[in-house]
Amino acid sequence: MGHFGIVGILVILMTVLTYFGLDAAGLAKQMHPVAASAQAASIDQLWHWEMMVISFLFSLIVVPMVYSLAVFRQKKGELKDGEHIEGNTQLEITWTVIPLFTVIAFAYFGAYSLGEVRRVDPDAFVVNVQARQFSWTFEYPEYGVVSTELHLPVGRQVVLKMESADVIHSFWVPEFRVKQDVVPGRVTEYRITPTKEGSYKVRCAELCGVSHAYMENKVIVDSQAQYEAWVAEQVKLAAEAQTPEGQGKLLATKNACVGCHSADGTAMTGPTWFNLYGSQVSLADGSTVTADEAFLTESIRDPNASIVATFASPSVMPPYPQLTDEEIANIIAYIKTLK
Amino acid sequence: MKNMNPFWRGMLALLVFSLAGYGVGLGLDVLVDGKVNFSGPVPGVFALFFGFTAFFLGVFGYRGITRGLVWQVVGTLIGGLFVALIRLVMGLPAFGDFFFTEPSWVFGGLTGVLSFIVGVGVVDDWIKWARGLDTPEHHEEHYSDWRKYFGVSVDHKVIGVQYTVTALLLIAVGGLFALIFRTELAASKLQFLTDQTQLFGQNGPQLFNTLMSLHGMIMIVSILLGISGIINYVVPLLLGAQDMAFPRLNAFSYWIAVPAAVLLLSSLFLGGFDTGWTGYPPLSARAPVGMQMFFLGVFVAGWSSVLSALNVLVTVVRMRSVGMTAMKMPIFVWASVATSLIALTATQFIGLSFQLVMFQRLFGMGFFDAAKGGNPILFQHLFWFYSHPAVYVFVLPGLGVISELLPVFVRKPLFGYRWVAMSSLGIALVGFLVWAHHMFTSGMNEYLRVPFMYSTLLVAVPTGVKFFSWVATIWKGRISTPTPMLFALGAIVVFLLGGLTGPPNATVSTDLHLHDTYFIVGHFHDTIFGGFVFPFFAALYYWFPKATGRRMNETLGKIHFWLMTPSFLFLTLGMMYVGLIGMRRRIVDYDPALLIDGWHLALTVSAFLIAISVLVFFYNFFYSIKNGEKAEGNLWHSRSPEWQVPSPMPVHNYDRPFEVVGEPYDYGLNDAGYVKFIESAGGKHG
Repeated sequence: MGHFGIVGILVILMTVLTYFGLDAAGLAKQMHPVAASAQAASIDQLWHWEMMVISFLFSLIVVPMVYSLAVFRQKKGELKDGEHIEGNTQLEITWTVIPLFTVIAFAYFGAYSLGEVRRVDPDAFVVNVQARQFSWTFEYPEYGVVSTELHLPVGRQVVLKMESADVIHSFWVPEFRVKQDVVPGRVTEYRITPTKEGSYKVRCAELCGVSHAYMENKVIVDSQAQYEAWVAEQVKLAAEAQTPEGQGKLLATKNACVGCHSADGTAMTGPTWFNLYGSQVSLADGSTVTADEAFLTESIRDPNASIVATFASPSVMPPYPQLTDEEIANIIAYIKTLK
Repeated sequence: MKNMNPFWRGMLALLVFSLAGYGVGLGLDVLVDGKVNFSGPVPGVFALFFGFTAFFLGVFGYRGITRGLVWQVVGTLIGGLFVALIRLVMGLPAFGDFFFTEPSWVFGGLTGVLSFIVGVGVVDDWIKWARGLDTPEHHEEHYSDWRKYFGVSVDHKVIGVQYTVTALLLIAVGGLFALIFRTELAASKLQFLTDQTQLFGQNGPQLFNTLMSLHGMIMIVSILLGISGIINYVVPLLLGAQDMAFPRLNAFSYWIAVPAAVLLLSSLFLGGFDTGWTGYPPLSARAPVGMQMFFLGVFVAGWSSVLSALNVLVTVVRMRSVGMTAMKMPIFVWASVATSLIALTATQFIGLSFQLVMFQRLFGMGFFDAAKGGNPILFQHLFWFYSHPAVYVFVLPGLGVISELLPVFVRKPLFGYRWVAMSSLGIALVGFLVWAHHMFTSGMNEYLRVPFMYSTLLVAVPTGVKFFSWVATIWKGRISTPTPMLFALGAIVVFLLGGLTGPPNATVSTDLHLHDTYFIVGHFHDTIFGGFVFPFFAALYYWFPKATGRRMNETLGKIHFWLMTPSFLFLTLGMMYVGLIGMRRRIVDYDPALLIDGWHLALTVSAFLIAISVLVFFYNFFYSIKNGEKAEGNLWHSRSPEWQVPSPMPVHNYDRPFEVVGEPYDYGLNDAGYVKFIESAGGKHG
């Protein structure tokens, strides 16, 4: 058997080995992590074809290289020239034209796959998404519900209409496989059909500032019954929220205050609200103040006015000029209840 | 002091003056702020400027780079104070958080750069010409030893070495930054870059963002300087030219990059910035003053790139030897032409996009501010119109080095020379049509995604031609594997991995998952290491004897290769794996629930192994300059013209011109040479 024959067999062998190696790592037939959306299926299908072609091309280049290194090696102290082969036009045309058609085919499959991912279900329901440094809020316009967790029923397409209050963010749930930037000044759309119940996380994928790493909120895919129960509970909570405290809690969620300030004493990016009202607060400049209405109002209007000791300076919290005096009073009323 | 070794004299000056600078900065800070802040940014800036300058003063005396740096410091202060004065007159605050206000720093940064250029002396001849004075064709160097590299020289070989050594220094700085943030990533939660950490006015996560962003841009500048280094040194020699077409412009191109690097580094001390090297607004419109220093540094470094590309193109067109037709040029020259075409025509766009954000910040022009009718996505189009072709600027010279070296070490002609040459131009051309594949998830018009997928996948065709031609070149050659060849072969494998992991990012639907994850980070480190870093090392090992007359140690070279290659492959493949699982780019911390702590620890270890291998290289490089084994002849038995004369290369290159009488890579034909020296009456040796 000539060199070509041996290398041909080795290339096939290596292709098979590479493919099964990838498969053993769980990477050939699908991407990681576990797929949880209908859109993931067509994405994983394209990935599978790509992995097959990659296994082949990797072997096609590496095997003849390594074979040559082993077989056509210059012996020690030897200085002989190789065969005088300048090129071969037919061969060059072959390895220009075949890859050309391969990539066109892949572009076609890619476009087809994108079409599947973007396929519109007329029954899709809408959730409005608000992104801001450094958390997400979700508004269900049908029910008037606002939440920091995104709850979705399994098997039904949802359209997220996403807006950003400050910089560019990107909505990514790895299990859904799809990612979409959220850009100030426009509404971007994210369409997904969850297929697997479970608890996931939306992770901001576009660098958005100092706490970007922590811009993660829960995404929960429920059965239809669980989802309806959750919605009913949220509607009830919203109805109860007609008091100033209730309004305050709603505002704290809607404006993503709760993304950084916990209600139960948990340490987060900002100081906790638990037992905050009326307490003595040590500031970064060494002084102490009482957390009363005036102090809390000032801290919401201008987060840099006083920095609480051990917290980031300058403050990572944006100012909230859009809140009215009444709204701030409601938020403070809510803070007062956290004892 | 006089009899001290100049290097140690420099180090002593560095120590003394950094402390002095720190003290001055502290004093100024107290004057303006009224309180002592030891970890504040101002003392850091002054320590950096003073120490850096003093090192060169100790080594070199008050001339060349020392004078440039002193002038840059003074120029920055004068410019800054000028704006402070105007602000004072206008009733605005004259000083800010970082001593100067932002407009002061920007204007001061610019005047500092111009002062450097005048101070270093690189425009002396032009000023004399403007005054009607004559200047000699060749300048006498003040020093003839290694210290000549610290002053202005118009010799392309000196400039080539200046570029290369500066690139190596920046690689060390950028690599150090990577090690710092890679160490923080070794485990989830924050270990040493915590919220309580305070350095240069930044807390831990902010410092992480600054270091990560600077790692990107410093490496990019170092790559641009590295390719200029190799091109400057090698291309005139391959062409048989005495120098570049415009030697003074060549010196200017190098020296403008030095103050640019200083500006980039100064951003670390001025509050840093948290946008990554891409500097997307609106985030970059809100970042601290460091952002502006970064923009300005890149803007100025761009001049270097544009002007040196112009110089290369004119040199290749005008200064080839007799008989060197386009299809008889060494293949590396073709790669240099392709890369220069891109650099000359695309660099303006990154300068422009950054300048627009600078103006948005300084003058409130709302180019990218949605609230003022601007468009944040427009920035991304402008930015990537350069920054995608830029990756081909980085890799084309490297691929040229691979094509140039393979025939020498397999003793066989380059397979399909014309196809390899044209594929470089093909990549350069198609590279201009693919930029929006960085924006598949950006929210740009949806119908743009599919055409950009087609154009992006087309890049695979000319790149494939290169791979197939390389394999065919190696096939049935008589292969030997000294260190330069090892790095060329390593480059092929690493670049192959980078190339093969490209299409999943190019097809839109898979990219929706992969975009902005560590998969991308692994992918592009493969392309840049395979396309630039490995070939750069190959070129250094290969042409080192030409520059010094000595060769680098083979054993250390092989240790470098065998330590770096497996560590690097593990690092990038591991990055791709954690990226698929859910590891996002540019995050200081990751969710422990992803269960990738173990992976990250292993990735950090492999990053340190790469750093150790590079240290071995640095030792080898600097040790061998004086103590390497002598190699004055045609060490690699190459047919290339520069190896037909003794090493180190004589000051004015070839003492006799040559003409091209054969093909560049006709190994295997004993009778035909590539070049023949033209005998003249005064010819010395034959």
